Amino acid sequence: MRFLSIYKTVERGVPPTQEEMARMGKLVEDAMKAGYLLATEGCLPSAAGARVRSTNGKLTVTDGPFTESKELVGGFAILQAGSREEAVEYARQFLLVAGDGECELRQIFEAGAAVCAAPRV
Amino acid sequence: MPAADPHRAIEAVWRIESARLIAGLAHMVHDVGLAEELAQDALVVALERWPESGVPDNPGAWLMATARHRAIDHFRRNKLLERKHAELGRELESQEMAMPDFDTVNDDDIGDDLLRLAFIACHPVLSKEARVALTLRLLGGLTTQEIARAFLVPEPTIAQRIVRAKRTLAEARVPFEIPRGPDRAARLSSVLEVIYLVFNEGYSATAGEDWMRPALCEDALRLGRTLAELVPNEPEVHGLVALMEIQASRARARVGPAGEPILLLDQDRTRWDHILVRRGLAALQRAGQLGGALGPYALQAAIAACHANARTAAETDWRRIAALYDALAQLMPSPVVELNRAVAVSMAFGPEAGLELLESLAGEPSLQAYHLLPAVRGDLLTKLDRLEEARAEFERAATLTRNARERSLLLGRARACAPGSAPS
Repeated sequence: MRFLSIYKTVERGVPPTQEEMARMGKLVEDAMKAGYLLATEGCLPSAAGARVRSTNGKLTVTDGPFTESKELVGGFAILQAGSREEAVEYARQFLLVAGDGECELRQIFEAGAAVCAAPRV
Repeated sequence: MPAADPHRAIEAVWRIESARLIAGLAHMVHDVGLAEELAQDALVVALERWPESGVPDNPGAWLMATARHRAIDHFRRNKLLERKHAELGRELESQEMAMPDFDTVNDDDIGDDLLRLAFIACHPVLSKEARVALTLRLLGGLTTQEIARAFLVPEPTIAQRIVRAKRTLAEARVPFEIPRGPDRAARLSSVLEVIYLVFNEGYSATAGEDWMRPALCEDALRLGRTLAELVPNEPEVHGLVALMEIQASRARARVGPAGEPILLLDQDRTRWDHILVRRGLAALQRAGQLGGALGPYALQAAIAACHANARTAAETDWRRIAALYDALAQLMPSPVVELNRAVAVSMAFGPEAGLELLESLAGEPSLQAYHLLPAVRGDLLTKLDRLEEARAEFERAATLTRNARERSLLLGRARACAPGSAPS
């Protein structure tokens, strides 16, 4: 089964240090090698982004930065795990490196392979 | 909000950490069976303590420290050293006689230890079934119960298989080492074979109701990806990973809403998993970059890549696929490869050309009970509008398959050949 991990954190306004980059780089490399991390990306500051919303069919676009929100999406990962608990453990390992923030884990719907969605046990 | 179930959390940690743990312990105690027992002991302690204390920040290190203590206790208690001393006599002096070096294992060595573990679990002294069970148990972190379920065999059978395998390894005094020299290629190919067996058991279940058991595919992919990083200079490892990634990418497209199989050329390609396709193509590229002629896994991956690269079935480069099968048939001659080559040739050069190749396989004893031979013949005969012959072939194929889903697919094709039925 697969999980989308959406990482949310307070926007710091400063780029990560060399050391932070190196630690995160090592975690990502190890995770890719171990085979459980299928894809991951980190975001630039929200100033470079936008929010596109549809309300009653009316579209509004708000350019970043998103100053009104406390925690913002900072990146995502797609994890392959044997159980939700395993995905939680990967998220925990990530947060130990990433620092304060939250990983929202969502199991990804895998159509056509419904058996996939059932935990092994 | 209810707290997460601590036992399930511990099981998850186990699945992640157990291979490294067992590998590190085996390095210390030179005995895979003992290493696994020590790791299990550490797990038992974790199951007692973590529900109270919470999962430690570095659960792998915690488990290793706990298991080390158990190992020291074990050696003191059993006075194994003295026995060993008496057994081995004067031959081995100082370093071998010392207490196992509990501090030698560090993070950099763990990769080598994992590799040693893979080599020993897939050692040729073991039967194929034993290699598979031991690999899933030691490297995949699966419980005996999980392995039994995956292979649809009773749990005691698997438990027995694992116990016997460990005993065989101990009796044969198989060293915990990375084979070098002429032995290495054969040993590596045994590891690759085991991983691919696991994958195939998941990808096209040979028995039972389900067409595939995806958890096994995921286990095999994980093992393969890990192995590829442990021996990055072996092209066939990347070839195997590429093959599995690309095959797995089709998983959700190859099963219909009612669980029925959908053949490659009929699949909705937009439903292929493009993350896996990309990973597969990258792995194939790594295999190619290492130089030399492609091996059997890389060739099969290259064939799979031809399909992955075609946006529609009609765009498939069948001539290239036929050529790749040609190369594969020379490297690894087998009736099954020949059968696949016949399919590729029929697509590239017409059904008659394919049928002609199949003629030479008709008397092949190893294919007498293989359902795909009549299934392919039926398919080619259908294309030539020889429906009566085609129907007989499909019916014969249906009697040969052990998979219930596949049987009903084949019977459906047989019915479609009957006079008066609408052309499909």
